[in-house]
Amino acid sequence: MLKLVPTFAALLVDGVAYGMILFLMSIGLTITLGVMRIANLAHCGFAMIGGYTAFALVSSGRIGVFAAMPIAVVSTMALGAALERSVYRWVYTAGQLGQILMTLGLVFIFAASANLFFGSDLHALALPGWMSQNWSWGAVSISPYRAFIIVISIVLAAICWSILEFTDFGARLRAAVDNPRMARCVGIDVPWVFSITFSVGCGLAAAAGALGTQIMPLEPWYALEYLVPLLMVVAVGGLGSLKGSFYAALTLGLIDTFGRYYIPAAGAFVIYLAVVALLLWRPQGVFARASA
Amino acid sequence: MSARAEPTIEIARRGFARHGLSWIDTLPFIFAVLVYLFGGRYLPLGTQVMIQIAFALSLDLALGYGGIDSLGHVAFFGMGAYTAGLFAMHVSTQPLVGLVVAAAAGAFTGLVTGVLVLRTRGLTLVMLTLAVATMLQQLANAAAMKPVTGGADGLFGFEIAPLFGVFSFDLAGHTAYWYALGVVAFVFFTCKVVVNSPFGLAIRGIRENPVRMRMLGVNVTTRLVTLYCISGALAAIAGGLSAQVTRLVGLDSLAFLLSGNALVMLILGGTGSLYGAIIGAILFVVLSDRAAAIDPFNWLFAIGFLLIFAVRFAPQGIVGLLTQWTARIERRRNGA
Repeated sequence: MLKLVPTFAALLVDGVAYGMILFLMSIGLTITLGVMRIANLAHCGFAMIGGYTAFALVSSGRIGVFAAMPIAVVSTMALGAALERSVYRWVYTAGQLGQILMTLGLVFIFAASANLFFGSDLHALALPGWMSQNWSWGAVSISPYRAFIIVISIVLAAICWSILEFTDFGARLRAAVDNPRMARCVGIDVPWVFSITFSVGCGLAAAAGALGTQIMPLEPWYALEYLVPLLMVVAVGGLGSLKGSFYAALTLGLIDTFGRYYIPAAGAFVIYLAVVALLLWRPQGVFARASA
Repeated sequence: MSARAEPTIEIARRGFARHGLSWIDTLPFIFAVLVYLFGGRYLPLGTQVMIQIAFALSLDLALGYGGIDSLGHVAFFGMGAYTAGLFAMHVSTQPLVGLVVAAAAGAFTGLVTGVLVLRTRGLTLVMLTLAVATMLQQLANAAAMKPVTGGADGLFGFEIAPLFGVFSFDLAGHTAYWYALGVVAFVFFTCKVVVNSPFGLAIRGIRENPVRMRMLGVNVTTRLVTLYCISGALAAIAGGLSAQVTRLVGLDSLAFLLSGNALVMLILGGTGSLYGAIIGAILFVVLSDRAAAIDPFNWLFAIGFLLIFAVRFAPQGIVGLLTQWTARIERRRNGA
């Protein structure tokens, strides 16, 4: 019993931190899917770009970790906006298969670029000293890095939520998610709202990618490696639902972390089994509203 | 004149035409024979091409004809590869029996996953196919399965008995080449028969408008699951063929990249025509073999740009472009 509590606490923090990273990444994806019905397989690539940009800035030696992250986020947002204005425009009217193939092409290009500039080794951002030593209270010890991830993610999520709930732009976006055609009819410039949201979503993914490098190390196939968990979060949460994504990301993060620890023989198998079961039970997403 | 006086060849032509077969369908096989006669060095590459043709054909059946956007078709390929490998290791080294068992495993996987997955539509379906494939890969990789699947090391060191008890699999790959050609021919003709049968027509109807087909009294889910089983069995045959020819089964036979490659082949060649799968697979495997010899990672740039521009400018693939051109020439001839 005495040993159980510290392990449980550590796993809980790990699971929540992983879940929050997944949630930050999934915000952009779920809105893309909810508003424009675009199957964006390349979304995880923006997290990778954010991570690599921060890594490049930090390893150049002139910039600290905390200055590098915002720069990485802003530059990824710019890239996301540019891609949305160009190649994504091509497939808005194409079928689902066209979108899948086009974004898969982007994933390949991202992977090839990452390999070209950074090689095929695993990379992670170096942490400041105070983050790498665990805080301990008696037997319970907690990683400050993971606590930092959780705090930053909660702050970012709270900002997103307030923008969505309390601003004019948020109202337009919610209208566009609920019913894009009707939103257009009442004079909301849906493509413009979507461009902004896409770019912000890329920025959030970049933040998650840069924050989470110690949990999800950077490598050329990053965009494909974490695409499946990300899609699972979005599908379980229900397309276009931020709240759903939040609960789904936390649940999957916890299931995965606890599953790997308590059933090591099954490894990552547990999470896939859980997701397939959840989706078969509720194909529209476990946390989706009935109407969605 | 009555039908009795018709020349035999005419009757045979009509019989083949019922399955949509014409003289054109012999071209790939003539090409394969020419490759054997004049390109002896390229037999192993030719065998790889044929494995991928079989896999792409099976995907075209599900995706091009049934409209099932599967990102996890590699699940069947890997299932077939592991089944054929395990069968050769523990039961019998007979190649044809191994393929039949692999096909049965693929059909069974198609049945189980199809019943579950095909209830959903749109992105959830795409997601579930991907999740099922990843799940199988994690299962093969799980520590508890290591004694069976060999984990990351994979299966190796199994023998394959001579084909028909006569032709042993030689190092130069002569037997493997003809064996693969025979298997591809079987897969191709199965696809032809399926898509030109009443069942195939119903499937195409479902792809165009599932609601209307349901109103016409067609049991949509049953048809789709049946198609998924057939497609799964054919993909498993491709996987089993790969296992028997290379005598090696690894986790990469369940990796997403294989699904992705098959999608690239299909979009390159064109979906829903079967010929597209053949042309696409030949082009893709030969090109990537050359490119991989030079620079594997920068080849990814090429595939990436190719995919994006194919979706933008040639969504029907090479076969689509060819049909467009022939139609234009035809129109000009008639109009002028």
